[in-house]
Amino acid sequence: MRRRLLLLAAAAALGAVAFSGDRFWLQFLGKAMIGSILAMSLDLLVGFTGLVSLAHSAFFGLAAYLLAGLTNRFDLVNPVVTLPLCVAFAAACALVIGWLSLRATGVYFIMVTLAFTQMLFYLFNDSPALGGSDGLYVKTRPIEGRAAAYVAIWAAVVLVYLLLSRLLRAPYGRVLEGIRGNDQRMRSLGYPTRRYKLVAFVIAGALAGLAGYLDATLYGFVNPAQLGWRQSGLILVTVLLGGRGTLYGPALGALLLAFIEHYGERVTDHWNALIAALVIAVVLFLPRGLAGLVQGTPRA
Amino acid sequence: MSLSLFVLQVVNGLEYGLLLFLVASGLTLVFGVLGVLNFAHGSFYMLGAYLAWWLSERTGSLLVAILVAIPAMVVIGLAVERLAIARLYARDHLSQVLLTYGLVLLFNELQRALWGNDVHGVSTPRALAWTMHLGETQTWPAWRAFTALACVGIGVAMRQIVLKTRFGMRVRAGASNAEMVEALGIDVRRLFAILFSAGTALAGLAGMLAAPLTTVYPGMGESVLILSFVVVVIGGIGSIKGAFFGALLVGLADTFGKVLLPGFASAIVYAVMAAVLLWRPRGLLGPAFEGR
Repeated sequence: MRRRLLLLAAAAALGAVAFSGDRFWLQFLGKAMIGSILAMSLDLLVGFTGLVSLAHSAFFGLAAYLLAGLTNRFDLVNPVVTLPLCVAFAAACALVIGWLSLRATGVYFIMVTLAFTQMLFYLFNDSPALGGSDGLYVKTRPIEGRAAAYVAIWAAVVLVYLLLSRLLRAPYGRVLEGIRGNDQRMRSLGYPTRRYKLVAFVIAGALAGLAGYLDATLYGFVNPAQLGWRQSGLILVTVLLGGRGTLYGPALGALLLAFIEHYGERVTDHWNALIAALVIAVVLFLPRGLAGLVQGTPRA
Repeated sequence: MSLSLFVLQVVNGLEYGLLLFLVASGLTLVFGVLGVLNFAHGSFYMLGAYLAWWLSERTGSLLVAILVAIPAMVVIGLAVERLAIARLYARDHLSQVLLTYGLVLLFNELQRALWGNDVHGVSTPRALAWTMHLGETQTWPAWRAFTALACVGIGVAMRQIVLKTRFGMRVRAGASNAEMVEALGIDVRRLFAILFSAGTALAGLAGMLAAPLTTVYPGMGESVLILSFVVVVIGGIGSIKGAFFGALLVGLADTFGKVLLPGFASAIVYAVMAAVLLWRPRGLLGPAFEGR
């Protein structure tokens, strides 16, 4: 109950900001909400399926790069065309990378997803045709105006939350939680677990692609650093900070982290040290994240 | 490609591979025995390189700097193990990834605060500042040869220690079943601490040896970290022999990739890894322990 109220209040407050028209807050909260989409979709893998993936930033970046390519090279701007294309592209890449990575399990899976992420990072970083280390500008943005982009992001966050919570209540979501609990037992019950995990990986990848698309729309550029492993690490941090396996925790964790980052930057030049201390403290003292504080009793 | 250029690429690739082996062997042992996936391992490489630069500026000699920096790296390793890593032994991979990721951020900030963001060159010791001829046209710096030889020496020493000494026996036992080793009354805490700091020192030494070749710059640890992961994945986690062959494979693939397909060199290494994984998902010399 407390959770519902918290979420409704957050969604209403964020929605109301759209009417303020303040440039800074639209951009800042827009960015934070894109972080929410990333964190919720990664939570599907980390918190519910037990897959620690470091490839999440890759799908974010791939969709953003495709949007830049479509608008700059082919003059395809209309979101009705570009949005499905970019999300489908991220999903397709997630299918290939997921199929390869899921051959490995446990810690191998982490390392393999990391390696693919860095492969893509270097591919974009080293080739001048793809913008090199400077990245690319999106010449014409699919959604004109900051407030409109903000509303689109807000709607996307709400939809992603509803979609994922519906998915997790469905039998499919139950199977994923079963896989997290004991992969082998689920397999012996006759579930093709690798296929289930691959589907989850593709869904999460597609949603990361959605986030990348929205980010490129809001900012109008994409660069390889957004695709690299440090970014993936930061999304993982968000999931853990918010509370893995709770969906709303990571969503709110992303907002909190954005604020910490923003005010941390003002206080000290070394705000990364602040984030580092926060990460270490959460891992050591608050393994169930902030949602653990809100919820009190552990999930069954 | 002329023969002498080919030979140059082979020796460069082997030397780079040997350097990677120093980093990857620590990573693979720490994972195999301690069960901890350490993302901060690349930071030790960076710290080693920065210490080598900073101390050689102070003392005027890289060799003296290295001799001072190695004990410093051991101390750093011991401190990190006691303060952070030791709390992770019973935790899942996610906690390990995140805590060591936090350490990466911390070390990066430390480097920024102490030494700034400039790129620094390190001069090779005068005794080794000459080059040798390879065929008619190519030359090879003596420092690279020294690096390769040092790595081979350390590799051989590691092999002797792991295979022939009581400590090595415990390490091997720990790699296959750490709980059993503990049950036999061996001080696992001490074993883990020694092993972790040895891995730290090896990664640091690799950074020190690489400093004159690559210059010293922010973020230098991360590319090495990721390549070491690739090495470990190719070789099989926990296997030193696997790390050795994996490192040489990656070193050669990277070096030849840079010559044959510039711009895609970094991608080639990962393609090799994907191929190995498709063929053997647990690496070339994958371990027997399934659960980890």
